[in-house]
Amino acid sequence: MPTADETTKIPGSRGPEIVAAPAPFGSCPLPISEHQRIVLGHGSGGKLTANLIENIFLPAFRNPTLDKMDDQAVLKIGDMRLAFTTDSFVVTPIFFPGGDIGRLAIHGTVNDLAMSGARPLVLSAAFVLEEGLAMDDLRRVVESMRAAAAEAGVQLVTGDTKVVNRGKGDQIFITTTGIGIIENDVNISADQATPGDKIILSGTIGDHGMTIMSQREGLEFEGAIESDCASLNELVVTMLSTSTERRDFIHTMRDPTRGGVATTLNELARRANVGIVIDQRSIPVRESVKGACEVLGLDPLYVANEGKLLAFVVPEMADAVLDRMRQHPLGRDAAIIGEVVDTHPGMVLMKTEIGGTRVLDVMFGEQLPRIC
Amino acid sequence: MKYLDEYRDGKIAARIVDKMRRTLTRPWVVMEVCGGQTHSIVKNGIDYLLPAGVELVHGPGCPVCVTPLEMIDKAHAIARLPNVIFCSFGDMLRVPGSEGDLFTIKSLGGDVRVVYSPLECLKIARANPEKQVVFFAIGFETTAPANAMLAWRARAESLNNVSLLVSHVLVPPALEAILEAPGNRVQGFLGPGHVCAVMGYREYDPISARYHVPIVITGFEPLDILQGTLMTIRQLESGRAMVENQYSRILDREGNRAAQQLIGAVFEAGDRKWRGIGTIPMSGYHLRDEFSRHDAEKLFDVAGIAPREPEICISGQILRGLKKPHDCPAFGTLCTPQRPLGATMVSAEGACAAYYTYGRHLSPHGSDPMHPVVRETEIVHANR
Repeated sequence: MPTADETTKIPGSRGPEIVAAPAPFGSCPLPISEHQRIVLGHGSGGKLTANLIENIFLPAFRNPTLDKMDDQAVLKIGDMRLAFTTDSFVVTPIFFPGGDIGRLAIHGTVNDLAMSGARPLVLSAAFVLEEGLAMDDLRRVVESMRAAAAEAGVQLVTGDTKVVNRGKGDQIFITTTGIGIIENDVNISADQATPGDKIILSGTIGDHGMTIMSQREGLEFEGAIESDCASLNELVVTMLSTSTERRDFIHTMRDPTRGGVATTLNELARRANVGIVIDQRSIPVRESVKGACEVLGLDPLYVANEGKLLAFVVPEMADAVLDRMRQHPLGRDAAIIGEVVDTHPGMVLMKTEIGGTRVLDVMFGEQLPRIC
Repeated sequence: MKYLDEYRDGKIAARIVDKMRRTLTRPWVVMEVCGGQTHSIVKNGIDYLLPAGVELVHGPGCPVCVTPLEMIDKAHAIARLPNVIFCSFGDMLRVPGSEGDLFTIKSLGGDVRVVYSPLECLKIARANPEKQVVFFAIGFETTAPANAMLAWRARAESLNNVSLLVSHVLVPPALEAILEAPGNRVQGFLGPGHVCAVMGYREYDPISARYHVPIVITGFEPLDILQGTLMTIRQLESGRAMVENQYSRILDREGNRAAQQLIGAVFEAGDRKWRGIGTIPMSGYHLRDEFSRHDAEKLFDVAGIAPREPEICISGQILRGLKKPHDCPAFGTLCTPQRPLGATMVSAEGACAAYYTYGRHLSPHGSDPMHPVVRETEIVHANR
């Protein structure tokens, strides 16, 4: 029987005969789906996105800061530590219940900065506009960016505009880039996760993704679903203020956007080489989101969020941080959903509702509705 | 969530498992027929809860999996045509044919659309009279009524730019093929709940009687599956073999008469090839002659497409309950959902893909050394 080794050998490792080694299945056409072109799944935040980063981007740009693979770079300039990040927004429809592409573009970048413990300061915005976009729609988007920036306490200090031919874009694409300052000596990063840490989730999951999906597909569900999009920097300040003596009680923070909570936890487990165990019963999911997911055969753990965070907190401080979070409007439904362990590095396990066990893996590409 | 949480209650699950343990005097092998059941078992870790001696093996009831590669290649050949809008259920999009998947065809400019109901094709056809709208009509008896309705409405409305690429399969002939197979291990079946919601379960009586095998028509939630397994074990332990209905909140013996009539008007039974198993006599639906102008296989020149499958794949034995994913040397290494070598790896409801998706390729022999770790980790105490 052929084994994996026979096909995954490095060419030349055992002399030229390797090149002529017969395919293990004779002349059968293997149904291989190695993508020669970009497919939508490359943007899903799952395995395909990770492949793209590992095979195309990382080899080209490799450096110690990038290698940390956090959602933001932390740069030391003199005595100052700055957080720096960028994000593009391409959502359709551009207006949806609970927000719009403009609001998302501010929140997304503010949140990536906040996840390092930074205070977001300034943003840039670049717009790619499609010929024919209604001026009123652009005004609405810009107005909501203004409002979102004001709420988050950031200023938009530079920008750019391009227009493409009709049909060459999808109404409006926005890229925002942001800088924040890390004022206390906090050190929050994926690689800080430590066995024993409690994992706190700031609220219900799947709200944003299911809002977009039901809008896009014209599906109507009982009980309205609204995007959760929000800037989390204030919530982070609240969390960091739990103790004035200790600075190191939050090890890791990440906002589980594309790919959802499951994908983010996997990234963190691999990054820090730790195991994670979560309990399905402790994960808050809105009834309407749960229902919509059931109908479409989707798993809320893999659905996008735009106003939620995951925090890995030292066990002795977890309850205190949780209490603080629950006093903040964006953390009302916060819950401890799991903990970091040392038994199965790189893997995320979940105790299911009925007491079984399942491995939560990274999503491959887009989640697809099931046939029946 | 109401009407769902009730069927996912850990305490009731433990009680059913306890009853099973007390009933059990010897080991039994039970097959769940449906892909949806397989998915639920692996997703919820139900098989880890069962007492030692109750083995669940995974059946052929994943419609995406058993769709033969040649039908997928035919679908792709049609989807590549410039004047075609190719419509499909979502999970068929990622299934690779001999050259890429429907996503790849879409990225090359093919008009491939996901529909939630086959009837959406009517709307698309009316809006695009200059295009051919082709629906990939696959599935078991469950999806047959909706697919039949598409053909029926297209014919009634003379929407001649609508056609169906049909690859429909039927459960009862597959059960017989499993029971007839040399070395069969299956001693009882969890019957297909949703298939029987359409068809009723009369047609399972003769199978149960002829092979003296219990068949318990079972639902898809964790407690459904545990209860169905308990009912099957009770029959086996007492030497009974009959058809029972665990899923009585959804279906009865007669099924949905209106749906059956529609299926009968549009489809007729005929031989059908199953991926991994081969041709099973009278195991599929084909469009009746009256609907031939809506039959994509007749409208498009795809007759010559007949690719061969990799020989290493043991999905035929997995679909018959003879082997498990971990018995395959290619499982999780050469064969993954991204590069499936055969039937059971292509859709989330296939046994191999379900095992892979829920991380079982990471633990040896399908056992889960992590289960004790997870069981002992207390997390919820801090909340509330």
